[in-house]
Amino acid sequence: MSDKVIVRSDENKPVVFTQDELGWLPWLDPLPEGELTERHFAGLVDKSRAKSDYFRLLVRDPEVLEARTKTDKDIFYNTEDGLPRAERELAAAATSRYNGCIYCASVHARFATVHSKRRDDVQRLLDEGVGTDLGARWNAVVRASVALASTPIAFGEEHIEELRRAGLDDAEIVDVINSASFFNWANRLMLSLGEPATAAAK
Amino acid sequence: MTAETRDIIDLLAGIEPGSNLDLIRARRPQARENAQRSYLALFEPVDFDEVSAGERYGVAAFVAGVHDDPTAAGFYLSKVAKAAGRPELVEALKAEIERGKTKGPYGAFPTGPLSVEDKTGLIYRVSGDGKPAIGVRLAAALEHAHLLVFRPRDANPAAMQALLDAGWSSTAIVTLSQLVAFLSFQVRSVAGLRALGASSGKSAAVAAKVSLGANQS
Repeated sequence: MSDKVIVRSDENKPVVFTQDELGWLPWLDPLPEGELTERHFAGLVDKSRAKSDYFRLLVRDPEVLEARTKTDKDIFYNTEDGLPRAERELAAAATSRYNGCIYCASVHARFATVHSKRRDDVQRLLDEGVGTDLGARWNAVVRASVALASTPIAFGEEHIEELRRAGLDDAEIVDVINSASFFNWANRLMLSLGEPATAAAK
Repeated sequence: MTAETRDIIDLLAGIEPGSNLDLIRARRPQARENAQRSYLALFEPVDFDEVSAGERYGVAAFVAGVHDDPTAAGFYLSKVAKAAGRPELVEALKAEIERGKTKGPYGAFPTGPLSVEDKTGLIYRVSGDGKPAIGVRLAAALEHAHLLVFRPRDANPAAMQALLDAGWSSTAIVTLSQLVAFLSFQVRSVAGLRALGASSGKSAAVAAKVSLGANQS
């Protein structure tokens, strides 16, 4: 079997950041659903992910996908203590906005809106970018995320102090670090293995 | 090569057992365990059929190096030396790290309203001097890694084609992409935890001084 790149037309490519639902189209062939084995299903973690082109492409390396997925779930969904989910999603959306991942930003901006009920503020982050004023606490989370996304990494004491002034304790600051750092992983997969498409293309 | 049993994020961030940060990390046990399992899946995989150990550590050393994290780069470079056993490869990688260092993220958005935010920057290519030691296949991986680290929004199907042309299969490209993306996460977790550790250490020292002063008065 010779591997090949799938080139897409630009017709349905989103050109702005949005909270609308987008599709995602791979540039390499995902594994066909019918060829998935037990090892692949372990990698997918949730059986329903076998329907997703993105996860069936990543499942070409099942062990890495499994560990990645479980890391992701604990960082974002383990809300017994620590930072509220809305602000973890804000860190993910801000990181995605800064790195330029329109697809990731759409998903996590929607989650930030659902959990915070601050749709207009979230939209302003998407429209105006990471420099927009969202109030002291959200500004602190966004600035920390941007500093972490920069290369070389620009995160330092001033960001920690700003997060503390906004009321975050050390465990909540670690949640910001984890959420923002994780999206530097996610953004690079979504941006480099395929592209977003407006719902019309799906 | 001997299996890695240390938690690599703790190791690189200098987190001691029983410290404040150790206890905080323990509150997200799945995240901690699976960040480590991601490392193991990438560097001690089921097999090296698609991507060799030398390629994996070479790309990791380059990614850590261009992030200007000498501790992480040193860690992975020492693994390259053991996996590939070619000192000239380590030297070539060190030179390429210096050539590849710049500031990110930059790159172009899809043409439209966001184009005003487009930023140009270094389009990195492996040097002619480095090519003989690095080889065509690893050179293509380093160029792709640089794209992903500094200008991920520039990624396009042509970048996938360049990897296929250099002998990377679709499955190997998935592993390579995970490797670069995971490293981008790992060096940031480490940098964040180090900064928090340094800052807490300082506040603990201040608190100790204050209470010492109180006792003396």
